[in-house]
Amino acid sequence: MDKKAYDVAVIGGGPAGLAAAKAAAEAGAGKIAVIERDRELGGILQQCIHNGFGLRHFNEELTGPAYAERCLGLIKHLPGVCFYVDTMALAVQNDNTVVTSGPRGITAIKAGSVVLAMGCRERTRGAIRIAGTRPAGVFTAGAAQRMVNMEGVLPGNTAVILGSGDIGLIMARRLSIEGVRVMACLEIAPWSNGLTRNIVQCLDDYDIPLYLSHTISAIHGRDRVTGVTCVKVNEAFRPVAGSEFYLECDTVLLSVGLIPENELSRQMDLPLDPLTGGPVVDQNRQTAHTGVFAAGNVLHVHDLADFASEEGAIAGRAAALHSSGQLAAPPGVLPVIAGDGLRTVVPQLLSDPGGGENIRLFVRASRPREKVTLEAAAGGRVVFTRALPAARPSEMIVADLKTDRLPKTADHIVIRLT
Amino acid sequence: MAIETKCLSCIVCPLSCRLRAEIKDGKILSVSGNSCPRGEMYARNELTAPRRVFTSTVKIKNAFLPLLPVVSDGSLPKGKILDCALFLRSIEVSAPVRAGHVIVPDILGLGVNIVASRSMD
Repeated sequence: MDKKAYDVAVIGGGPAGLAAAKAAAEAGAGKIAVIERDRELGGILQQCIHNGFGLRHFNEELTGPAYAERCLGLIKHLPGVCFYVDTMALAVQNDNTVVTSGPRGITAIKAGSVVLAMGCRERTRGAIRIAGTRPAGVFTAGAAQRMVNMEGVLPGNTAVILGSGDIGLIMARRLSIEGVRVMACLEIAPWSNGLTRNIVQCLDDYDIPLYLSHTISAIHGRDRVTGVTCVKVNEAFRPVAGSEFYLECDTVLLSVGLIPENELSRQMDLPLDPLTGGPVVDQNRQTAHTGVFAAGNVLHVHDLADFASEEGAIAGRAAALHSSGQLAAPPGVLPVIAGDGLRTVVPQLLSDPGGGENIRLFVRASRPREKVTLEAAAGGRVVFTRALPAARPSEMIVADLKTDRLPKTADHIVIRLT
Repeated sequence: MAIETKCLSCIVCPLSCRLRAEIKDGKILSVSGNSCPRGEMYARNELTAPRRVFTSTVKIKNAFLPLLPVVSDGSLPKGKILDCALFLRSIEVSAPVRAGHVIVPDILGLGVNIVASRSMD
């Protein structure tokens, strides 16, 4: 087996991984490996040909491929950065050696630090157990996106979209532009799971009806999808008898959620947060395994690539500092808990919070609400508040917590919406 | 005539501000709810002549992918998007292409260029 040594190994060459590599180089890492299983870098950005990327990160509105090219342009000239494309990370060993399989065979990449940036994948039909037959024509929205935007193949002629996640909404528009008739978008929740701008410019613009509190109760067809039975659901997501209606279609796209891709993390026995689906990390995005960091959609699903890049930079910088022995070992950890009104909070732990640093928190609301206050409480008092005009589960809330305001006696921090 | 209020969601950036426009005799008197000047501009355009940035693909020869992603270098009238998409089906380019390279100048006379979203060798 071929063996190589690096200061930092980054697994995944999407927005989080590329930002991690750049930040690691800026923080002094001399040798950095970026491991990417696809034939080129950029990750899922390459199939997201729509615009809306980069407003935060580059102060300019870019398409996905343009955002990827911009990220890559910032690091590809750096002499210490080595790219392994067409290369799959098979395992991360206890000594932070990443075992990979690629065009040159099996290579062991021994690194001072590892950044996990593997992204996420889509929930499939099996995960949501739709009844009916098993014909061809049922795709996840992202698979259809890759077919249409990169491979030049349309998935069908008439489509129904289940789930109002952003990829499903983007595909409703994309298919309409390419001449596919999109009959409807169904969402089981009483609110949309996509960004409001995507409801407007992807559904409303093309007169595609959005049925909230609805789902598909059966898929019909023997060889190919011929139609779906749709049904209204009650508050407990149970079908309402008598509300069924039939939509004729030859294609069903599923946009029903994303799952952080944590096979490597599980192999390493990293503790995972059951709500985010990603590893439990501290503010440096360091996992329970010293020297292993995580960022981007593998840690928790982001709605903007810009946030994934921002998080990649946090992890990459910390990974470089750990590799050169400059990252203080955590003397103690303070749990950060998602309280009332919130579903998730990242990071879940604060290490050495006495340093006065600014901690960037990414939180997600559990249901839509208007005019709320985000607050952090520790040691029996409120240490941070911010008024928000609205909080929606589909739109991540970002807040900076100043750690010098935390009482010394605090044994945990609760973040909540009031 | 009474003042009419129209509500719309801004789509300029992912913040999705809820906008309210006051309209009298077809004239927009005021826009509120926006958190930046682009929001007001969006509301005024959206209520009179809505425009969108257009993204799609064109066929490409001699590249490792069969399609090149493209984007309009400015917004174009919403009602012209499907016409532009139809027109792009007749276009084929050859690799190599650099990001930002003009693929179709002044598409359908709308004053907007269609440019490559990415480089492709």
